[in-house]
Amino acid sequence: MNEQDARQAVHTAISQVAPDVDFDGLDEDSRLRQDLELDSLDFLRLVETINEATGVDIPERDYTAVATVKGLIDYVASRG
Amino acid sequence: MGEFRMPSLGADMEHGKMVEWLVKPGDFVHRGDVVAVVDTDKTVMDVESFEEGVVAELLVDVGTTVPIGTPLARITQTPDDGAGQAVARPAGTQAKPGPETAEAAGAAAEPESPAAAGAPVPPPVRHLAHQLGVDTSGIRGTGKRGTVTRADVEHAAAAAPHRAPAAPSGVPVSPGARVRSSPRARRLADQLGVDIGTVPGTGPDGAVTEADIQRAVSGPGASVPAKEAPGAVLAPPGEGALPAEEAPPSEAQDRLSSLRRAIGSLMTRSKKTIPHYYLSTTLDLRAAIAWMQLVNEQRPVASRLVPSALLLKATALAAREVPEVNGFFTDGVFRPSRSVHLGVAVALRHGGLVAPAIHDADTLAVDVLMQQLRDLVSRARAGRLQRSEMADPTLTVTNLGDLGVEAVYGVIYPPQVAMVGLGKVVEQAWAHDGMLGVRPAVTATLSADHRVSDGLRGGRFLARIDELLQKPEEL
Repeated sequence: MNEQDARQAVHTAISQVAPDVDFDGLDEDSRLRQDLELDSLDFLRLVETINEATGVDIPERDYTAVATVKGLIDYVASRG
Repeated sequence: MGEFRMPSLGADMEHGKMVEWLVKPGDFVHRGDVVAVVDTDKTVMDVESFEEGVVAELLVDVGTTVPIGTPLARITQTPDDGAGQAVARPAGTQAKPGPETAEAAGAAAEPESPAAAGAPVPPPVRHLAHQLGVDTSGIRGTGKRGTVTRADVEHAAAAAPHRAPAAPSGVPVSPGARVRSSPRARRLADQLGVDIGTVPGTGPDGAVTEADIQRAVSGPGASVPAKEAPGAVLAPPGEGALPAEEAPPSEAQDRLSSLRRAIGSLMTRSKKTIPHYYLSTTLDLRAAIAWMQLVNEQRPVASRLVPSALLLKATALAAREVPEVNGFFTDGVFRPSRSVHLGVAVALRHGGLVAPAIHDADTLAVDVLMQQLRDLVSRARAGRLQRSEMADPTLTVTNLGDLGVEAVYGVIYPPQVAMVGLGKVVEQAWAHDGMLGVRPAVTATLSADHRVSDGLRGGRFLARIDELLQKPEEL
C-alpha cells in the first residue's frame, strides 16, 4: 500500500475512534495516546479498525512502533 | 396502572430533558422496554419502563426538561382506563424515589393546593398548569367527569396574556417559573443579560428557545459566535471540530458547562459531607501483563485484553471480600451491597465524565468483563447508556491514569463510600529477593469514607487487589 492510501486509512480510522480530531491542523508526530488522548480502549479500537479496513494486523509487541500518527501510517504502508 | 416518571439516573441528577419518545399512545409496553431517550446534564440515555401496560398518554413533550419524579407518561391496563384513576391518586404518591431523589421529587409535587371546589385536576395536569403559570381554578374541564385535561390547561395558557419575566437572574431554574423556555435558553439569557420575558418564543407552545435568545441579542438571522459564548474557556482543544451530526458549538459548550456544573455540585457535596481518607500502593503487574501478552498473541485484535480489564476484575473480587468499600451510605447508615456493580469513570471526548456500572463485575470472566467494558465505554461516548447503568454503581474506579498520570486520587461519588484510582502502567525499578529488576507496575489509590472504614480495612482491600493480580489466570 502506498503512503497516501495508508494515510487515508489511518485518518479514517482515527476519525471513527476520535471524531473530534482535527486533521487539518494535525502534526503527524502527534502521539496517539498522549496528544490525541486515546485511552487503551480507544487505541485497541483503532488497531481493530485499521485491521478491518486494510487487513494489517498490529500485534501487541509492535504497539510501540505505532505510537504516533506517522508511525502508524508508515507501519500500515509497509505491511498493507 | 401506573405512571412512567423521570427516573433518577445518578446521584447528581436533578432534572432530565425528554429527547425522544420511542412509544406512542396505544402501544403496549413490557417492564424493561426502552420507552424514551432522556438527556441529563451529563449524557443522553435510554430509559426503560417499570410498568407493564398500554401507554395511555404522553405527559411530557420532546424538548421539555422536568425534575426527576415528574410523570412522563400514563400507563394503564387499557387505553381507556384513564383520567379517573389519575384523579384518585393523591399528588404525594411519587413512585418510590431513592433517598437521593426524594427532595427533588418532592419539589415536583409542589404545594399548589388543588383548586378548592373547582374541577378535578390530575396531578400531571396540575404540574403542567404550574409550569405554564395557569391557575386551574378558572378552567372548565372537558375530560371525564369534568376533569381538567392537558389540552384545557394548554388552551388556557395560550389565551393568557404574556407573562411577567421569570426568576431574577442567578436564581436556578425552577419549574415554577412562568415564561416557558428551556433551562438552556434561560441560562443563556442570564449570561447575555437578556430579559427572557421580552423575547418572543418560537418553540413548542411559544416556548423561548436558545435561538430566540440569540436572535434577541444579535438581531434577526445572526447568532452568537461560539467563541464569545461564556464557558468557552472550558472547551478542550479540538472542540470546534465536531462531526456534522453533533450539536452546534454553542450547544456543545453549554452542555459542557452544565456538565461541569453538575460535577461541581456533586463533588462539593462529596467533599463537604464525606470524611475522605486516602491510601496508595503500587501493584506489581509483572505476572498479569505477561499473562495478558501471552493470551493476546493468540487472539485476533477484536478479543484482545487491556490491563484495565484485569485491574477491574481484581478490584471487583477484592471489593467482595472487603464489603466496607462496596455499598451506600444513606440516612446516616452504611448499607453494604451484596453485589459488586463496578462503576467505571469514562472520560467523554468533549470533556467531562460519566461513571456507568458494569453489573456483577466480580462474577464475570475477564473476557466477558472486557467486552462489557468496551461496550460500556463506546455507548457512554455515544450517549446510549441505560438507566440502570447510571443509577446503581456500588464502587467506582477511575482509570484516568491510562492517559498519562501515575496516580489519581478520586473524590467519592455519593452515596458510594469509596473510589479506586488507577494510574498508568509504568516500568519501574523493583527490588525483589535482594535483587533489582524492572517490572510493569501501576499505582492504585483508595479514597474511602472514614465513617465506614479505616485505613486498616482500606489497606487490606488494596493489598487484596495486588494479591489477586499475581494469579491472573485465576481472575
